[in-house]
Amino acid sequence: MNTDPITGTYSGNRGLQIEEPLIFEQGEEGRCGVDLPEPPKVSSRLGGLGRKKPVGLPGLSEPQVVRHYTRLSQKNYAIDMGLYPLGSCTMKHNPRLNEKVVRLPGLGDLHPLQPVSTVQGALELIDTLAHWLKTLTGMPAVAMSPGAGAHGELCGIMAIRAALEHRGDARKRILVPESAHGTNPATAAACGYEVDPIPANAKGRVDLEAFRAKLGPDVAGIMITNPNTCGLFEPDIVEIAEAIHGAGGFFYCDGANFNAIVGRVRPGDLGIDCMHINLHKTFSTPHGGGGPGAGPVVLSEALAPFAPVPWVVHGAAGFDLVERDPKQQSFGRLKGFHGQMGMFVRALAYMMSHGSDGLKQVAEDAVLNANYILASLRDVMSPAFPGTCMHEALFDDHFLKDTGVTTLDFAKALIDEGYHPMTMYFPLVVHGALLVEPTETESKDSLDRFIEVMKGLAQRAKSGDAAHFEAAPKLTPRRRLDETAAARKPVLRWVPGSNSAKAAE
Amino acid sequence: MRYLPLTQADRQAMLARIGVRSIDDLYRDVPPKARRDKPVDLPPHQGELEVERAIGAMAAKNLGPSRAPSFLGAGAYRHHVPAAVDHLIQRGEFLTSYTPYQPEVTQGTLEYLFEFQTQVALLTGMEVANASMYDGGTACAEAVMMANRVTRRSKAVLSGGLHPHYAEITRTHAHFLGFRVEQPAPDPEGREDLARLVDGETSCVVVQNPSVFGHLQDLTALAEACHKAGALLIVAITEVVSLGAVEPPGAMGADIVIAEGQALGNALGFGGPYLGLFATREKYVRQMPGRLVGETRDVDGRRGWVLTLSTREQHIRREKATSNICTNSGLCALAFTIHLTLLGEAGFQRLAALNHAAACALADRLAKPPGVSLLTKSFFNEFTVKLPKPAGPAVEALARRGILGGVPASRLWPTEKSLENLLLVAATEVNTAAEMEALASALKEVLA
Repeated sequence: MNTDPITGTYSGNRGLQIEEPLIFEQGEEGRCGVDLPEPPKVSSRLGGLGRKKPVGLPGLSEPQVVRHYTRLSQKNYAIDMGLYPLGSCTMKHNPRLNEKVVRLPGLGDLHPLQPVSTVQGALELIDTLAHWLKTLTGMPAVAMSPGAGAHGELCGIMAIRAALEHRGDARKRILVPESAHGTNPATAAACGYEVDPIPANAKGRVDLEAFRAKLGPDVAGIMITNPNTCGLFEPDIVEIAEAIHGAGGFFYCDGANFNAIVGRVRPGDLGIDCMHINLHKTFSTPHGGGGPGAGPVVLSEALAPFAPVPWVVHGAAGFDLVERDPKQQSFGRLKGFHGQMGMFVRALAYMMSHGSDGLKQVAEDAVLNANYILASLRDVMSPAFPGTCMHEALFDDHFLKDTGVTTLDFAKALIDEGYHPMTMYFPLVVHGALLVEPTETESKDSLDRFIEVMKGLAQRAKSGDAAHFEAAPKLTPRRRLDETAAARKPVLRWVPGSNSAKAAE
Repeated sequence: MRYLPLTQADRQAMLARIGVRSIDDLYRDVPPKARRDKPVDLPPHQGELEVERAIGAMAAKNLGPSRAPSFLGAGAYRHHVPAAVDHLIQRGEFLTSYTPYQPEVTQGTLEYLFEFQTQVALLTGMEVANASMYDGGTACAEAVMMANRVTRRSKAVLSGGLHPHYAEITRTHAHFLGFRVEQPAPDPEGREDLARLVDGETSCVVVQNPSVFGHLQDLTALAEACHKAGALLIVAITEVVSLGAVEPPGAMGADIVIAEGQALGNALGFGGPYLGLFATREKYVRQMPGRLVGETRDVDGRRGWVLTLSTREQHIRREKATSNICTNSGLCALAFTIHLTLLGEAGFQRLAALNHAAACALADRLAKPPGVSLLTKSFFNEFTVKLPKPAGPAVEALARRGILGGVPASRLWPTEKSLENLLLVAATEVNTAAEMEALASALKEVLA
């Protein structure tokens, strides 16, 4: 490697920020990071299908591997490092107690197909979590197996369609507000429905009149996020529920923002038929750089019989598992085995740690923190809607008008100040949106520091220093990356002799 | 409530800044009948010690492999995971990071996912792989939906040797999207002729290797038959360690390979979270579901990584997206890739050889009692034995003797009476000779 054009150093390193080549660029043939015994000599029973060529994996020792991943970890921002104000993603503190209990012998090492008699404690845990979820939402049933929020959406819409088919009612359309998460319309389509959008009104809520005008005998249901993606509670929610039921359809609620109301509002009291709960958002299971998540779905009496298998039930000799619905009303299976058990354990540990009193406080503090940010930045930034918000504060880019600074530039400049950017350009109904969600696990001091940084950046933008924003970030392991080039000619893996390999020489 | 940093004084000061009198004023938009002022009917908060005790008590009611030798497989496998794996994935910068949408501050996640994609492509013998999916079963359904898009056809043929959960998940999607599924009855000895079912309407054939019964097969002729009819061959793998010993699907002509990646780096965890692997040929990459990491340059010309080809994804194409998936199994993928990096070429092949040797040793022991026969002639680390009586009660009797002796076929096919006496047994590098002896002698007693 030659002298680096940016840092001017021979190694390319920047202080303690160390350049880290790919594992394929540092391995040596024959080296191994695990000591395994010599396999006994057996005559192969692979039926002549033994691997003919090597896989092509690099060989690294254990210390090399530990350094590689430790160095990579240091190129990531994380909630353990500071405030992570991603609206709609709810990046809150992840307690390590949860990581400890999920690894207990008798949970972490259990096989999903052990005899039911040997997993009574595991089934008790699923049943206990189900009880908490039903009680907190005021709903009679819950499907535990969906693997993530979007998978939960699919589960809910499938249950709706199965219920409609059961009554011989083939409906075609699902109504989805324009402000919905991108997964909502994709889910309805993945379940075979046409998606019919509903516009938002000037207050960032579902336009009630436009919604009523869309109702008809071919409407299977509506998908609404509440609190919605503008960070607002839908005040007409009960009217919407009554109207959709009146038209013979069902009400799917996207529970991504349950965080804002847990313990204070039971969705069942609003007339919804089903809602998924992102355990990672509301109950603190860690995001892990993109998953795993878990998305149990609470269901009304009308939809409960159609829930996917398996079901944990109370049997004669303890807990039992129903893996085939004897009445054949279940829409079937959505995921292998019994769902994201590891996430169930973490979520239950979090719920028990907070209790009914603490969970109510969770919602209140999440809402308080968001409104504190909204109120503190009202004068220097431009709130998208007047009044208070729920657990996330939404700004538009009006405050950047004529500064030459875009929402993207503003967000990237925040990185050099030591913060992960807020959610940008979402929801789509707001121009140049900046969606800030502090969550309940931030202290007032932490919020005050963040507010000062945001104010400073807003003032800097208004002072005409657009060049500062365009050049940001400057202090990160990499500066702005060319995403267009990545998509135009995709390089999705390392190949010997490729550009990657040459760059490492 | 140690997770909540605000004090009462903080709360009062913050309400004053907002300009409201009480927190209730912030819930004004909630219809009055839905507001709850009192906590719901659940226990109050508990300290760390109490929570640990309560969950520990539930864990103690289960019979785990720390107390009982275990020979269960059927899609989930127990292996020794080096200590460094769990240590590294618990680093907060990995564990508590978000999806890498801001590449400048998530190069760590992006670089390991790029390495993971490369490893998966190499293992399966395919050209490209995505950055993981929920699990093997959901990846299977997504592969079939992808084949339908690629071929614009609507009939999927599933092998009877495909894991029943994978088939059930695929059927669920088939029902709602209106594509057809054909599947012959399960054939433990692997004599089914799938090529016979392929016609001009067939989008794909899905076959598992080794099959759910453990049977290993050469798929080259099937691949040729598929391609001749314009259909894709999808190969499912539930035990990814097998790829250290067995010819990869890519070398047999597969178009899409899906696999369960749990066996490397990830705990059994009573069934989840697991890790769906998904690999295909380069020409189909824009039809592939899930996340992809691609290489690029930053403004200074330095190599870096970004999420790419997101035009296929739900947040841009909405109802036209290739799937509604929003999350992958990032942390499970990290565990997988660290374990595989520790093993390297030499370690991975040795691990596979240890597994095969363990299964050969166990198969010889178990086939001894009168009336017991081995149904799978070629296998990797799992095989099927036929017992002289139903396997379900036999497994219960073994559990009472403190041995988790395998998965009865009746657990996976409760309505197939013809499979009632079959037992699926797996052995891996963790099973000792003493454990195998204990299973063999206990089985003899149970069958006596």
